[in-house]
Amino acid sequence: MGTHAPAGQPEWVQHYMHSAEQQHDAAKFGMWLFIAQELLFFSGLFMAYIVFRTFYPETWLEGADQLNKWLGGLNTLVLIFSSFTMAVGVRCAQLRDIPGLKRNIAITIACAFIFLVVKYFEYTHKFHLGIFPGKYYAYEGATGLMPIFFAIYYSITGLHAIHIIAGIVALFWVYWRAVKGQYDTGNYISVENVGIYWHLVDLIWIFLFPLLYLVK
Amino acid sequence: MTTELQNPPVTADGFENEPSYINARKGLMSWIVTVDHKRIGLLYLFSTLFFFAIAGFSAVAFRLELFTPAPDLFTGDTYNKLFTLHGGMMVFLVIIPLTPAALGNFLLPLMLGAKDVAFPKLNLASYYIYCAGALCLISAVVLGGFDTGWTFYTPYSSSVGGPVTWALMGAFILGFSSIFTGLNFVVTIHKMRAPGLSFWKMPLMIWALYATSITQLLATPVLAITLLLVTLERVLGIGIFDPAMGGDPVLMQHFFWFYSHPAVYIMILPAFGIISELVAVHSRKRIFGYGAIALSSVSIAVVGFLVWGHHMFVSGQSELSGAVFSFLTFFIAVPTAIKIFSWVGTMYGGSVRLNAPMLYTLSFLFLFTIGGLTGLPLATMATDVHLHDTYFVVAHFHYVMASGAVISFLGALHHWWPKMFGTMYDEGSAKIGAWLVFLGFNLTFFPQFMMGSSGMPRRYHEYKPEFELMHQLSTIGSLLLAAGLIWTAIYLTKALFWGPKAPHNPWGGVTLEWQTSTPPIEHNFHETPVCTTGPYDFPEIDESLGGGHH
Repeated sequence: MGTHAPAGQPEWVQHYMHSAEQQHDAAKFGMWLFIAQELLFFSGLFMAYIVFRTFYPETWLEGADQLNKWLGGLNTLVLIFSSFTMAVGVRCAQLRDIPGLKRNIAITIACAFIFLVVKYFEYTHKFHLGIFPGKYYAYEGATGLMPIFFAIYYSITGLHAIHIIAGIVALFWVYWRAVKGQYDTGNYISVENVGIYWHLVDLIWIFLFPLLYLVK
Repeated sequence: MTTELQNPPVTADGFENEPSYINARKGLMSWIVTVDHKRIGLLYLFSTLFFFAIAGFSAVAFRLELFTPAPDLFTGDTYNKLFTLHGGMMVFLVIIPLTPAALGNFLLPLMLGAKDVAFPKLNLASYYIYCAGALCLISAVVLGGFDTGWTFYTPYSSSVGGPVTWALMGAFILGFSSIFTGLNFVVTIHKMRAPGLSFWKMPLMIWALYATSITQLLATPVLAITLLLVTLERVLGIGIFDPAMGGDPVLMQHFFWFYSHPAVYIMILPAFGIISELVAVHSRKRIFGYGAIALSSVSIAVVGFLVWGHHMFVSGQSELSGAVFSFLTFFIAVPTAIKIFSWVGTMYGGSVRLNAPMLYTLSFLFLFTIGGLTGLPLATMATDVHLHDTYFVVAHFHYVMASGAVISFLGALHHWWPKMFGTMYDEGSAKIGAWLVFLGFNLTFFPQFMMGSSGMPRRYHEYKPEFELMHQLSTIGSLLLAAGLIWTAIYLTKALFWGPKAPHNPWGGVTLEWQTSTPPIEHNFHETPVCTTGPYDFPEIDESLGGGHH
């Protein structure tokens, strides 16, 4: 029925594409477009941050004091390092170094879990003090408008954490495909695309960290 | 520019022994897991038309209530749920997906000379995401309905009881269907055009879908975050929009309209693309101002992101903001008007055929112009103060959206019907349908301009007796419109199952979708066509007289 790769192309090229190059380019372009819309998705929360920080600057200072900048800084380093190992992983895939790819993806996944564990400790520490989101907020030691700061804090770091979890799932998928030998053919675009996504997740955190933790 | 086509129109002979995409694979499963863009287009077509019927009947229901000033058919609560259902379903389940997903999916690869979109599996996923979102929205209705209006303004939507969260989540999920379709189309247009098909040779339908897809991709995520924040407000009491906690309810309006204004361009840009195609083919003349129409589509998409505040003139935003938004809204009328002039210029000196697609095109030109012009008193702050939240606004957006998106869609459905289904509809019935829809539409909505400028507020289920006559005319119009649409559904259903076999290229179109079999084979083309002529270079245009321009 003509669903084979076009003549002269590797078998993983789809029948509606002309060449491996076209397929690779299309997939990468698609990923960048997805990243563009992710930026717009987060932009609403960044906009809310700007609006409320402008309205309530003192609340922002107090809120930032409640956050542990050392743990936040640790998480920042962990994510930057994971972006590095991700990039090395992509290079390994390009060179068909499958053991290297597996190793680097595994380290990236481990870093992602470290990030989540640190966040878990941060959140539980706040819950211990009664700093819950929204109507469950029960912390006495700050001004009345503090819940707004934490509304933004929990929404944006929560949404970011959801993206980290989605990234972990994607990274496991890449690892599984590597184990199955699906990158032996030289079709490494999915590694590259997961890499692009992972760098975005890292980039968002790099903005979040100073905006939330380092307010002076 | 040659008048001879490199690939002359293929007769049915070239594909005689090959099944069309409809017959290529059999059985329900082959439709459920199809990755063929044409079949996915049909899945969207039937789903969106199904919801169009439901949303339409809900409108007839409340129009019947409005026949008399007193509230006799429904309680206020039910009335509010009915108009919310009408708006929410029409916006999210019908008009946003209608032309891009139903028609666009079918036509885009064919017009580009491609065998499918860039990501066929993502395309199917988009459809199932649409279904999931639809189910959530329907759950909200089944669980008792919601009455916030499709606009979900806080603090009402963040605090009222009822299944509002289901509706918010439904719209959130539907947004991703829209985003993925937009993404798919942008990549397909950039990366999968046939050799020789430069951007400046693309049919204007593609330019329109391109501008629409960029808007879908970039605007919809803002809706997503807005709905998510309102949900968090409901579920966790987050307080970003709650003044009692230091939040700002108008901020929600800014977030909401930042998407919902571009959303109306998602609804209308594909309609503009349709009109460009129909007016050129049915006037047998090259489109007037191809470049202007192409660039105006993109500029409308861009400027469309900058005008959201014109929905908020009376919300308390500063006069300066209002003035800026007002100016930009006036400005966006310019590229829009350029299109109208170009389409009329196309017809001038052309060989106009008054068949059903052309009747719908003419309806569009007339009705959309009214809709567009009535946007100007709304864009002017001084008059908007009086007209905001009246029936004038309702009439304005129905003239642009219902006449714009729906009537152009009906024209497109008739124009591409033979290509999609391989049968022909009855032209006489089609003309009757077009007239019924045109007359019914005008009778429904023109009185609403008059009521609105006299002060009749929108979303009210009872009103002062002085508005009774206008309301009665409007209700009768809505019944006439419903009759026209039902009539159309009947003869089209007949054509679908029992219509005569369609000629290969009944209108003599020269764009690539007409260069392959009718209906197309599963993979669209045997070999990728090479494009050497423009999309409106009809063979009979006598180049010695300057090529069809005046």
